[in-house]
Amino acid sequence: MATAKPSEPFLSRTWDYITDTQLWKSVFRHGVPSTNRNRVLVVMTNVFLHLHPVKIRKSGIRLKFTWCMGGLTFFLFLVETFTGLLLMFYYRPTVAYAYMDIIDLAEQVPLGIMRELHRWGAHAMVISVWLHMFRVFMTGSYKPPREFNWNVGVILLVLTLLLSFTGYLLPWDQLAIWAITVGSNMARATPLLGHEGPGAQLLALGDVKMVHAGSDARFALLGGRFVGEGALLRFYVLHCVGIPLVAGILMAVHFWRVRKDGGISGPL
Amino acid sequence: MADEKDPSTPKEPAAGAAPVPTPPMTAATSPSGVQAAPAPRSNAATGAAAGAAPKPAAAEGVSRRGFLKWTTVGWVAFSAACTSGLVASTRFMFPNVLFEPPQSFKVGFPSEYTVGEVDTRWKDAYGVWIVRNSEGFYALIAVCTHLGCSPNWLAAENKFKCPCHGSGFYKTGVNFEGPAPRPLERARIVLSDDGQILVDKSVKFQQEKGEWTKEESFLKI
Repeated sequence: MATAKPSEPFLSRTWDYITDTQLWKSVFRHGVPSTNRNRVLVVMTNVFLHLHPVKIRKSGIRLKFTWCMGGLTFFLFLVETFTGLLLMFYYRPTVAYAYMDIIDLAEQVPLGIMRELHRWGAHAMVISVWLHMFRVFMTGSYKPPREFNWNVGVILLVLTLLLSFTGYLLPWDQLAIWAITVGSNMARATPLLGHEGPGAQLLALGDVKMVHAGSDARFALLGGRFVGEGALLRFYVLHCVGIPLVAGILMAVHFWRVRKDGGISGPL
Repeated sequence: MADEKDPSTPKEPAAGAAPVPTPPMTAATSPSGVQAAPAPRSNAATGAAAGAAPKPAAAEGVSRRGFLKWTTVGWVAFSAACTSGLVASTRFMFPNVLFEPPQSFKVGFPSEYTVGEVDTRWKDAYGVWIVRNSEGFYALIAVCTHLGCSPNWLAAENKFKCPCHGSGFYKTGVNFEGPAPRPLERARIVLSDDGQILVDKSVKFQQEKGEWTKEESFLKI
């Protein structure tokens, strides 16, 4: 590899020269993955490839078997991350600006389709997550040893829905405000933690209620008694930082466990 | 720590360290006295003679009891720190001051109201309608009992109508159409010292619980 004969063509010699530098070798610790040993080493020493199986079953790349829904969901998550990051350069999560910035994004900012891409991507992601779950169920891939990864997937499903829910408020139009009003009212009925939920009356010191409209789960979610400034900011932070962070960590676990639990499941 | 300060009883830890018969073990686990003694020596000798001799003495100076004790103290402290951190960050999510309209407010003098009309002046600011009938006043909270949207007062149709799912309420607040399961709630309404009407939304009266007959749910004039 390192010692190229002078008779070899120029490109070949240049390639050999580049791959022999310390810079190249510090990044790529192993040679061309032409042997099984090197293939494994290349995967094992790469943090991204490491999450993936070294080998996959032939059926794993059959479209009819997986529908590509897991991979498609991940792709859509990346699309949402990228378009969402771009939207954050223009959108301000305050009552005074939020709706105007959404209009501005559609009408004045170049590529006014960016917000629509984010929205359509979100809808598509919810659909693909469900279809992925459906496929995993129909192929029995939730069975041991994959039951833990099924549970991780269920949490990721909930996080996907919460991302949709928190993103729903951000345009700050009438639909958003009242949809979140209706949705967050469910939190009133949380057992013990919601002021209209079962067991909330038990948490009282004499006549003083500890769980009331100003101290229950809904209040913590909205940062107030109704959907207002506090709710908009909290949903923005959860939508842009909190939930994606948790989802990202869980996705790493999810992909890694696919590998560790025996790779993508085979056809029944 | 207290018993380790006593160098006069070197046998005590050996007895505490279980009846292991092998002589090297007992020699190794007779620490507390030994530990107290050579420690100053090794300190004095740091420099030239800091060789192999003091080192094993320090390593073997940790007794099982001392190890467990400090491990327990460490874990208790760590757990306490984690718990207080969790409590503090939970408390952080509940602000002390809300920039929201007050729950209790004055809505003017009784003479400003017309008998038989629903007053919508305070709906945007405070979320209540003040209704004046021939006997007095009541304050309806403008939150639909279905899923919490704000209904509108339709004077022409003489009813409250919710735009979200179509619930309808009579002027009294009693539901008669749509998915709303119960009447609108009424707020505490009284006369304040200066003669104005005082409404307090933190005290609610529900018709289905028979609370509309209570004293402060209706202001008789």
